[in-house]
Amino acid sequence: MSYIDPATLQQEAIKLYSELKQKESELKNKERTAIPQQEMPAQDPNKRIKNMSEVTYGYTAEQAYVEAMRCIQCKNAPCVNGCPVGINIPEFVKSIQKGDYQESVDIIKQNSLLPAICGRVCPQEVQCQETCTVGKVLKDKNLSVAIGRLERFVADWEQEHGKQSVPKIKPETGKKVAIVGSGPAGITVAADVRREGHTVVMFEAFHKPGGVIVYGIPEFRMPKRIVDIEMKTLEKMGVEIRTNFLVGRTRKLEDLIEKDGFDAVFVGTGAGLPRFMNIEGENLVGVFSANEYLTRANLMKAYDRQKADTPIFQAKKIAVLGGGNVAMDAARMARRIGAEKVYIVYRRTEVEMPARIEEVAHAKEEGIEFHLLKNAKRILGDDKGCVIGMECISYELGEPDDSGRRRPVIIEGSETVLDVDTVIVAIGNDSNPLIRQTTKDLVTNKWGNIIVDENCKTSIDRIYAGGDIVLGAATVILAMGQGRTAAKSINSLLASR
Amino acid sequence: MNRILEKKQLAENVFKYVVSAPLIAEERKPGQFVIVQVDTNYGERIPLTIADANPQKGTITLIFQVVGKTTHNLAAIKQGESVENILGPLGMPTHIENKGTVVCVGGGIGVAPLHPIAQGFKQAGNKVIIIIGARTKELLIFEDEMKAVADELIICTDDGSYGRKGFVTEPLKELCQQVPKPDLAVAIGPPVMMKFCSETTRPFEILTYVSLNTIMVDGTGMCGGCRVTVGGETKFVCVDGPEFDGHKVDFDNMILRLGAYKEHEKEAHECRLEQLAEKKEEK
Repeated sequence: MSYIDPATLQQEAIKLYSELKQKESELKNKERTAIPQQEMPAQDPNKRIKNMSEVTYGYTAEQAYVEAMRCIQCKNAPCVNGCPVGINIPEFVKSIQKGDYQESVDIIKQNSLLPAICGRVCPQEVQCQETCTVGKVLKDKNLSVAIGRLERFVADWEQEHGKQSVPKIKPETGKKVAIVGSGPAGITVAADVRREGHTVVMFEAFHKPGGVIVYGIPEFRMPKRIVDIEMKTLEKMGVEIRTNFLVGRTRKLEDLIEKDGFDAVFVGTGAGLPRFMNIEGENLVGVFSANEYLTRANLMKAYDRQKADTPIFQAKKIAVLGGGNVAMDAARMARRIGAEKVYIVYRRTEVEMPARIEEVAHAKEEGIEFHLLKNAKRILGDDKGCVIGMECISYELGEPDDSGRRRPVIIEGSETVLDVDTVIVAIGNDSNPLIRQTTKDLVTNKWGNIIVDENCKTSIDRIYAGGDIVLGAATVILAMGQGRTAAKSINSLLASR
Repeated sequence: MNRILEKKQLAENVFKYVVSAPLIAEERKPGQFVIVQVDTNYGERIPLTIADANPQKGTITLIFQVVGKTTHNLAAIKQGESVENILGPLGMPTHIENKGTVVCVGGGIGVAPLHPIAQGFKQAGNKVIIIIGARTKELLIFEDEMKAVADELIICTDDGSYGRKGFVTEPLKELCQQVPKPDLAVAIGPPVMMKFCSETTRPFEILTYVSLNTIMVDGTGMCGGCRVTVGGETKFVCVDGPEFDGHKVDFDNMILRLGAYKEHEKEAHECRLEQLAEKKEEK
């Protein structure tokens, strides 16, 4: 996939648009699957590495129509099964075919509260687009109907046209629910519980709400104005957001019920404890967790060196360890902050990379170099304790492991030194232990994730949990799905009391 | 929220703020800290140890020294105004128990967070000997407060302008040589001072707590910027600390890591000086 400028993409789309419009109604399935998939228009890679603006522009109306026409409206709709929250995908795509965007977004919102966010960050290629019939027919899931791009298109349309309505709130019940954490899971629970007329207070440890979408995912991939709109909607609904409040320290979890009179609590604190490699040299100056690097850049706006007080390390050559979205975000952020060389070091191959295909493609376009089948063995420092290189060891792929991915096996004696002055560790997150440590009856598994039943209820009465604190580091859409389940449980608990 | 009820300058560049923060005042225990941010949009988050708290009045006391841009901005806030963001109490509280004789050593503004800890050990029934030190007499803080707690108070200044001339490690060593030797030492102050206090007590095998103040962003365990090597293992100061066994802390690595943004800070400082100079010229 190489970069094509938006004007060219739009020209092609306009041509197809007028052709399709003429024979719209009698279009055969074969003709539909023959329509080329519409590429996402994006900023020129050479320009975008010098700014923080969103990389992708989103479909034009013509592109959205052409892409929607690729959907054959198959009866069994396997895409719906691929969606963790079961969005009625064929229906919302059909509304785009008709040009009724409001209807389309309303259909999505029956199942997903945050389409503008999920349309951008969902790993569609392993969800709805993996099971799409069009992709099956074309024998390439990357050629499935671009459901995520269509979702984003109608969600953005709604935001731009100001038709976003504040959901109706039932009469006040006088019952109080605390939401711990203001990320995707918490946002979902807050909205669903508030709609039933319960008082909702959302607690956030940082000075700004939004969780991982605000501190972790960069502006160039997830513009903060979109998160702001979602938070404002919650506030318009009457949800109180309390920042600078760390449950577990500012207040113990159980005290929210016992002292502060909350009738139920939802814990959605995410996976916020960075994993390190536990190798020599990891505490040298110039080694960072991706969390730290991205939080400085995103939440603290360190990229804006004129205005921000928070510093960010000015690196020339950076190695990023890991192959997930966070690794791609960190690498691409480093590029924008001014690093000359940015390397992704990943111990498997590109096929096994957990990152979204689009992020990998964008990273490559931006000149990020991939060192695959390699891993850090130790980080080398000078006499001032600063990073001067990273010793890597090479791997080859062996038999599949428990995850079904082929296990990387070390090639003995294959050590090489990568010339870098900074290393960013992006190999995943564990759950933050704070709530577990300060809540004695809360049952967790060996990874520290809170154990919940099918209703997202924890081992403690009236306390529910969902999202990454339960699932381990996962996705926005799964967190939202659990939020829905938990909200349903909380609403029925409060209805019965 | 976070209104400054009392502002007092204790020494050159050292300020005391009594801040309204009822929830933090209620939950806070000796040894814990807060994260402070002066400006929500572009401010930096910095850790400050809680020097004291009054749960009845709902106040906490913060003592800080102006060293960089954020503390400079913090010092510019007037009495009656508010600090935009304060998060806490953070970190593990000091493990206070009756050990027998406890030596508390405070250097510079480290004397302030040492005060509630010394108080705690006193209330737990210990004999508390306090050593406080500063570069010079004008920089010495909390003398009266410490006098009220201590069974014995020793004062040192580097230049001999007040109390004994020399570093706090000298009286500490003398105390270690006494029989019976102290049962516990607590040292809070600049990193180098904590390092040398730990080195002083090490040959005497006296358990020594130090309270580390490293670079942090969130203060809740999420960034790992504050990590230190303790006994060969990586620990996070914000959630595992801030107190650790001083004999196990790799101070040299910690001091190097504290300097990670020196270049940047220098640049920011020079930039600000230039701006000030320009303003003066305009006038």
